[in-house]
Amino acid sequence: MNRIAPMLAPAGPAVDFSQDTIWISVIKAVAIMVFLLISVLFALWFERRLIGRFQQRLGPNVRGPFGLVQSIPDALKLVLKEDITVKGADKLIYIMAPVISVFCAFMVFAVIPFGPEVRIPFTDLVTPLQLTDLPVAVLYILGITGLGVYGIVLGGWSSGSTYPLLGSVRSTAQVISYELGMGLALVSVFIVSGSMSTSQIVSSQQQLWWSIALLPAFVVYILSMLGETNRLPFDLPEAEGELVGGFQTEYSSMKFAWFYLAEYINMLNVSAIATTVFMGGWRAPWPLSAINDGMFNEGWWPLLWFLIKLWGFMFFFVWVRATLLRFRYDQFMHFGWKVLIPVALAWVVAVAVVQGVRQFSGIDLQTILFVLAGLLVLLALVMFFIPEKGAKDKAGGAGSRALTGAGTPTIEPKKDEYFDAFAGGFPVPPLPGQQLPPSKRRARVTTPAAPETDEENSDG
Amino acid sequence: MNPVAQTGLVLSTGEGVLFWVLAPLAVIGALWLLFSRRTVHIAASIAGVMIALAIFYTALEAPFLGVAQVVVYTGAVMMLFLFVIMLVGVDSSESLVETLAGQRWIAVLGGIGLVVLVVGIVVGAKLPDGVGLAQANADTNPVGVARLIFGEFVFSFELTGALLITAALGALILTHRQRLSKRIGQRELADAKLAAFGQGGSSETITVTPSPGVYARHNSADSPALDAFGEPVQSSVPTVLRIRGQEAGVDQLDADRVATIAARGDMKEIDG
Repeated sequence: MNRIAPMLAPAGPAVDFSQDTIWISVIKAVAIMVFLLISVLFALWFERRLIGRFQQRLGPNVRGPFGLVQSIPDALKLVLKEDITVKGADKLIYIMAPVISVFCAFMVFAVIPFGPEVRIPFTDLVTPLQLTDLPVAVLYILGITGLGVYGIVLGGWSSGSTYPLLGSVRSTAQVISYELGMGLALVSVFIVSGSMSTSQIVSSQQQLWWSIALLPAFVVYILSMLGETNRLPFDLPEAEGELVGGFQTEYSSMKFAWFYLAEYINMLNVSAIATTVFMGGWRAPWPLSAINDGMFNEGWWPLLWFLIKLWGFMFFFVWVRATLLRFRYDQFMHFGWKVLIPVALAWVVAVAVVQGVRQFSGIDLQTILFVLAGLLVLLALVMFFIPEKGAKDKAGGAGSRALTGAGTPTIEPKKDEYFDAFAGGFPVPPLPGQQLPPSKRRARVTTPAAPETDEENSDG
Repeated sequence: MNPVAQTGLVLSTGEGVLFWVLAPLAVIGALWLLFSRRTVHIAASIAGVMIALAIFYTALEAPFLGVAQVVVYTGAVMMLFLFVIMLVGVDSSESLVETLAGQRWIAVLGGIGLVVLVVGIVVGAKLPDGVGLAQANADTNPVGVARLIFGEFVFSFELTGALLITAALGALILTHRQRLSKRIGQRELADAKLAAFGQGGSSETITVTPSPGVYARHNSADSPALDAFGEPVQSSVPTVLRIRGQEAGVDQLDADRVATIAARGDMKEIDG
């Protein structure tokens, strides 16, 4: 492709690619491919081992040290399975779909910076640890993610079967909805760092990581990142309990393996984006970055920090999977459209206003933040003096609240009151003081039981 | 008439290779769009052409335009198209029946007219000399685009925004439906079922109905589950099989099973 001119303006990439020959680019591209493939093999082991720990079992531990090479026989077995092309399939698109998925998944890492400029060992060549960078790199990532959905959608459609179609329709709706939230979360980073190029965003986090300064945007990104990758708790496109396997139901062997590969690379992708955009990219975390005048931010060291942060996010993925259950579809859509997007939008507006005031009026950030904090304290004070709405209703409805279990245990014992076992429509235990009706089964007991006490009776 | 000579630009080798690889692909995609019958193929080919154009834009030093094209048109608009197409019907293909009389000839005439118009403009136009990419992209491409959109063309940009919002609101109003009855959600349904059970209704309303084959000798979908009395539960067999009459009857069970069921039935009669 065309050479990207070195740009001095802050909106462009912060690193210089002008020394890269085509061979250096090829070497970098191959290195990224190899890195991603090995990472996926490692991620399979990593996820299974961790899930095992979460579920109090061992996980794969036989092949290789700690079961490390378990993924290789598994992958071989998958590839050697029979490759089925279903009769009702639209053949061309059926074969194209997994290719699209994998292709798009591999393309994101082209603009992810692994580190600063380094000298390649045994040579005099100095080059950034990044394949390329664009002034619109993060938008490029969003575009590629949008294209990746075509793999899922076309795969589900071309299978010519109901469950895959439902899975792919769900996935379309899901990715479009969650990409909005994700895009808005990223916009606030663009505003404060003044650039959409990944290397420039990393260099703008020298003082403070955006995950701290823009915490709401970071939270929105994390949530929509789970939605984008179809992972639990948002794995509705392939919800195995409802849709068998979703869009990949009719795929087997190599084609299925491609979908699987794409899914794991996508996890690495969103983790790498989160690292780059919000967690300072390859920059060393704070106490380390201060050592010896930033020694750990130079040379090959940053690669280590990048990988640690990346796998931190991968750990988070597995943790969430082990902890949370799948959302119901309407809850999921409700969450995306009525919670995530408005929150992200409000945050973008707030960030834009603060940034605008700062740039156009020349007031420094500290003053603005103090004014904002003062306003918040004032708001809190005003809220404190407004009486809580509906406080009277709550006091009056204590009896009915006790039935739903939300009340405090301050109910007066009522003696000999009629006990309705289906109060409110649900089977409920008796309240303190209420008497259970005599059990119908008691008549059947032939042997005399121990003398009953009142406590036992009222316990039910 | 060579545009390259006119603007004084030189096509580099990389760009040339890119063009001669992608341009035929884009043309093939466009032709596929014209001659394909299945709507999903058409949508996929439009997406392909859009991506090819986006790569051209990027190669022509307009990366923002290229990426925006992919994000907005390929990623969102075409995806919504696909969404609708898939919901309309998986197997639907384009009907070639002429619904309007003479439509085909009018379309051909209009097409020829358009070609004449476009050729005339391309031949007759006198374009001003290009000022150069270096000037347009002085502060990187996105900044240049932003200056134009939010500076010179801010009014038309905002008008477009208002138009789109109006369209979205119109769609909302047209598809809005006043709910005549109260919405029955998961919670209300569960409450109603339990209330019915509490008033002496059957426990079947609140428990999961058995799937076919429960407690029966076979677990195939056509053999009904057996209840506590050993009698078949008809509702456990899928409706499709019941309508088709493919349900396994008592006569298809083995002999001792039939005998047991019969004996149980007798016992029940004696009990009652």
